[in-house]
Amino acid sequence: MKDFNGKVLFLDRSDINTDEIIPARYLTEITKEALKPYLLEDLSQDGFNPTRDVEKSSVVLSRANFGCGSSREHAPWALEVNDINIVIAESYARIFKQNMFNCGMMAIELPKEDIDRLFATFAGKETTLTTNLKEKTLRFATASDEENLTFSISEFDQALVVAGGWLGYADANY
Amino acid sequence: MGKTIAEKIFDSHKVDNPFGDIHVIRLDAVFCHEITTPVAINDLVARGMDRVFDPTKIKAVIDHVTPAKDSKTAMQGKILRDWALRNDIVDFFDIGQNGVCHALFPEKGFVRPGYTVIMGDSHTCTHGAFGAFAAGVGTTDLEVGILKGVCAFHYPESIKVDITGALPQGVYAKDAILAIINTLGVNGATNKVIEFTGEVVDKMSMEARMTLCNMAIEAGGTSGICAPDMVTVDYLWEFISDDFSSKEKALESYCQYAADADATYSEVITIDASSLVPVATFGHKPDQVKPISEMAGEKVDQVYIGSCTNGRIEDLRVAAAVLKGKKIKAGLRGIVSPASPKIYSQALDEGIIKIFMDAGFCVTNPTCGACLGMSNGVLAEGEVCASTTNRNFNGRMGKGGIVHLMSPASAAATAIHGHICNSTIFAAGGK
Ligand code: SF4
Repeated sequence: MKDFNGKVLFLDRSDINTDEIIPARYLTEITKEALKPYLLEDLSQDGFNPTRDVEKSSVVLSRANFGCGSSREHAPWALEVNDINIVIAESYARIFKQNMFNCGMMAIELPKEDIDRLFATFAGKETTLTTNLKEKTLRFATASDEENLTFSISEFDQALVVAGGWLGYADANY
Repeated sequence: MGKTIAEKIFDSHKVDNPFGDIHVIRLDAVFCHEITTPVAINDLVARGMDRVFDPTKIKAVIDHVTPAKDSKTAMQGKILRDWALRNDIVDFFDIGQNGVCHALFPEKGFVRPGYTVIMGDSHTCTHGAFGAFAAGVGTTDLEVGILKGVCAFHYPESIKVDITGALPQGVYAKDAILAIINTLGVNGATNKVIEFTGEVVDKMSMEARMTLCNMAIEAGGTSGICAPDMVTVDYLWEFISDDFSSKEKALESYCQYAADADATYSEVITIDASSLVPVATFGHKPDQVKPISEMAGEKVDQVYIGSCTNGRIEDLRVAAAVLKGKKIKAGLRGIVSPASPKIYSQALDEGIIKIFMDAGFCVTNPTCGACLGMSNGVLAEGEVCASTTNRNFNGRMGKGGIVHLMSPASAAATAIHGHICNSTIFAAGGK
């Protein structure tokens, strides 16, 4: 199973699309590792600097409809090779979410109020997430603040995370 | 309780229901192109699983960047080509036979009513125009599809979009779908199938239905879908005439996939077609749509006519009707990419290519090309393109480039004017 803990990268916008996560011009790469330097290269957001901010992060927190657009699994891969295995957002585009779990990664949905509060409390601060898949809890913490939340995950998605992805699951079952 | 088209297709293809509403369904077709498939192939090879579930159900094409533009794209093509050869995939389309996947595969008769289709491409929803459930998937789903012939989905809810009345002159399927996306929003149909119905859809050609279904994903939809009817049968007849004694029999058989009158929809939206006007997108999201009349005057550097949305013969005919005898504005670049060799050849026969060339357009080979900013018309920083494609995302056609999506008629009119303008000016005979 992958690691779902670490420093949080705050992407404070809705509808971040897969072209922003990994631009089409890098789709000529045929290995996942080659995508590493280009994650979020086209995302323009005040105060966000991909070269500086991606490296130290292991978790993405964003808003609604994260990962819309192209079906490219290069988007989860670009996250994965940067050691980001978990995204937490208000909602996702279907293909992106499926791709995440298909790779044994997690795309967790939280209600808008929770997301709003997390941004209000933690954005701009050095924040660490600790995930407990068994208990289905998330703990966001800075040196001074902390917040504990529970999340839900479908049985299927959980089975994929445990199996390390859909290929392993499908090969064992079909 | 009645069922929607998608529910009927799911029920007839169910392999397993491992958890909750997750259904694992049997696939009738798995489509592949050279951008998303090579990573799947390499992974299968690395796992010692270099097999395919049924070579006759896999169709592959090199379409996104073709001819290859550099060593990397050449390698992507080579991986797909070698794989197709060693796995006996007969329906593999290379240079000379290749075109944009969602234009090429339908015209080869590879999609039939009631089919389940996946492809590692988000616009796979296009094929729902045939009354099929067709969904874009990522590489892992594709990999499992190639290997096992199955895919897992949530049991689909459907949104019904009923388009009533008639489209006014100068207003096309593209304007209708942009208006619908504007209504639904970019995630209004997430995890749902959009079923298009109504008089307008009934009268539409398969080409126009494909334009509608093509952009279902821009509202987040899993698949677009249109009920199969005689238009569908006529389009497919050359491929199915051996299977049925008459077109009526074919239709009767396909009607098993029509939605029941008492089917349940999560939402029903009625669009009065007569209220629609030519529209275009602004901004970087496909739901940012407004009447072209409100955008008139915005300067454009490039006009692109092509793609799986609007690169079909009807689209070229409409654009050519606007362009005939006219020249594109000096300083503006016009590019047209007929979406398949058949379309290209038809356009040649009909004199359409000549009209484009006389107007000053560059005619490229069938390919995705500029649509995703990888070749054949990439924009420079700050440049503006009026395009018949389906995505106006930031950087889509080149870093820092700006894309306005519109119909072929509006794009052609814009090419002549040099700034965004209303297609009806020219469709009505020019002013
Ligand atoms: S034409 Fe554009 S949208 Fe269609 S398949 Fe090709 S790249 Fe994708």
